[in-house]
Amino acid sequence: MKALINMLTRLGRGSLFLIKILAGIPQLFLRFNLVIRQVYSVGVQTLLIILVAGLFVGMVLALQLHYTLTTFGAEDTLGLLVDLSLVRELGPVVAALLFAGRAGSALTAEIGLMKATEQLSGLEMMAVDPIERIIAPRFLAGFLSLPLLAAIFSAVGILGGYMVGVDLLGVDSGAFWSQIQAKVDFYDDVLNGVIKSIVFGFIVSWIAVFEGYDCVPTSEGVASATTRTVVHSSLAVLGMDFVLTAIMFN
Amino acid sequence: MFKSIELSVGIFVGAGLAALFMLAMQASNLSSLSSDGFYEVSARFDNIGGLRVKSAVKVSGVKVGQVKEIDYDSSTFEAVVTMQVEEKYSQFPRDTIASIFTSGLLGEQYVALEPGGDEKLLENQSEIRLTQSAMVLEQLIGQFLFSKASEEKDAPF
Amino acid sequence: MPDTLIQIRDLHFTRAHKKIFAGVNMDIKAGRITAVMGPSGTGKTTLLKLIGGQLKPDQGEIQVDGQNVHQLKRADLYKLRKKMGMLFQSGALLTDLNVFDNIAYPLREHTNLSESMIRSMVLIKLQAVGLSTAHKLMPAELSGGMARRVALARALALDPMMIMYDEPFTGQDPISLGVLVKLIQDTNHALKLTSILVSHDVEETLSIADEVIILSEGKVIAEGSRDEILQSQSEWVRQFVDGKADGPVPFHYPGDSIEKQLMQAPK
Repeated sequence: MKALINMLTRLGRGSLFLIKILAGIPQLFLRFNLVIRQVYSVGVQTLLIILVAGLFVGMVLALQLHYTLTTFGAEDTLGLLVDLSLVRELGPVVAALLFAGRAGSALTAEIGLMKATEQLSGLEMMAVDPIERIIAPRFLAGFLSLPLLAAIFSAVGILGGYMVGVDLLGVDSGAFWSQIQAKVDFYDDVLNGVIKSIVFGFIVSWIAVFEGYDCVPTSEGVASATTRTVVHSSLAVLGMDFVLTAIMFN
Repeated sequence: MFKSIELSVGIFVGAGLAALFMLAMQASNLSSLSSDGFYEVSARFDNIGGLRVKSAVKVSGVKVGQVKEIDYDSSTFEAVVTMQVEEKYSQFPRDTIASIFTSGLLGEQYVALEPGGDEKLLENQSEIRLTQSAMVLEQLIGQFLFSKASEEKDAPF
Repeated sequence: MPDTLIQIRDLHFTRAHKKIFAGVNMDIKAGRITAVMGPSGTGKTTLLKLIGGQLKPDQGEIQVDGQNVHQLKRADLYKLRKKMGMLFQSGALLTDLNVFDNIAYPLREHTNLSESMIRSMVLIKLQAVGLSTAHKLMPAELSGGMARRVALARALALDPMMIMYDEPFTGQDPISLGVLVKLIQDTNHALKLTSILVSHDVEETLSIADEVIILSEGKVIAEGSRDEILQSQSEWVRQFVDGKADGPVPFHYPGDSIEKQLMQAPK
């Protein structure tokens, strides 16, 4: 019972915090270099892991699917299946999980340390709102970066699938692309995937900045907040993925 | 210092947009949907089989459009299929036949248009009168068995 | 200028079910250095946060410069905070900016001065704390004492009417200690500031404080000028000022006596 009340209190605090962040976002268009700096540390620094993971996920998909498809003599649909799996599911979800692990945890740790070293209090006493200057740019950067990262993940994954499928396993290159272009719908598949990654970017960034801002300002507090960010945002991404998939592809 | 950050952010955003562009143009059907307008024709079928919205509309095997809407007319007990055909393929005679075929043995179903010889052309929002319904496998087998059975009955011993 | 800059009346504050303040009254005189002292955990830092409006009291009121801090609108509170400088225990410098940009930060946020004006102002403030040559260093490259001096320069950047020092002497070597003591005294006199100094370093604090307030267990237990405190006959004040191990504040943490605990069988 007490745990439930605690959980609801945190949810409420998180929601109020989100409203404050959103209220601070219009201000950022006057100071867009703050956001650019954060896109660098949130997006650019996550790029490498996204590229490598995307490539390997695409290659493994092609290997696995090719094995099954040959038993039906349907190797030509390899490209289609790789593309659909990446664009609808794996791109947004795996990119969001990697993003939570790489960028979300870094955000929480950074904000938590700023709190522990009294930098946030210091800003408040300088009559500067830390939510406007510190939290909102990080939130916005995360929210903008994840859809781009997910698109890069899917694109690289498709190329990886092409390399394995066409160059290694001998699927016809023309069939690979023509099946994709005939059956993958831009609005139903690609756009819905992008919408998913926008939602995930929102959730992961929200959890990451909230955990940092709300942490107990000690070393242990920051450490456990960082862990919570990764666990909670991964679970939230997977849960939301189920909900969104049920809504979109029914 | 800040300049190099700006540059790498620029590269990152550029790569993201390029990936989105690739997903749109190379890895989906967006490039095959031409942007210069469609015109609509409808056709009535007794049975549409497994036809779905977005199924292909083909002429001589070339995709010229897609199914936009499938409806059921409860007064005539027929399915009404509305198709979007690209503007540049608008030269169809009025006596064009619309049939529902299956690509391959177990593939997807599509609408095939076979142009006739009429001088007058189909207009936007008009209806194709000559149609042929989908073949349903169970019906075909049923008909085949039935005719076999009657053949055997008639056969002299 | 009114005689009393900060007036605290009947202040109550509870955190995590622990009573920090139970009816504190306090007057802080303008233009003087007031030391707020007490054992660790008596909420000295909390008091500064309450004055700065970062925390809300359960009951009671705090008036700064005639304004009730906790009834101000956000914009007015921020306006008031521009007139309050605060020096945090850790310095609280922004770790991703260098010394120069840290001091320039409040100026860039709150004024429309040109870059060249800001540059001269920052260098003047840095000169005042003896660090004008260190303006390119990052906070991580500074020693604890230097970080506090930079933080002092930043707190002075907007020419506030008062400065709150949170444990400025903790963990300093004797030399930086001497520098900080001198800086606090000099800035107070040169700029006619009101200073509130929260500390439990008795010797250094008493060497510069004009007024002293001693807190314990949520209450003010002694207040007066430095000389009055030094000559106080109160047992409690004597224990605190002379640093005796046993006295009104017992050496032993309250609980069962050792004899009783030894007699009990372990559970």
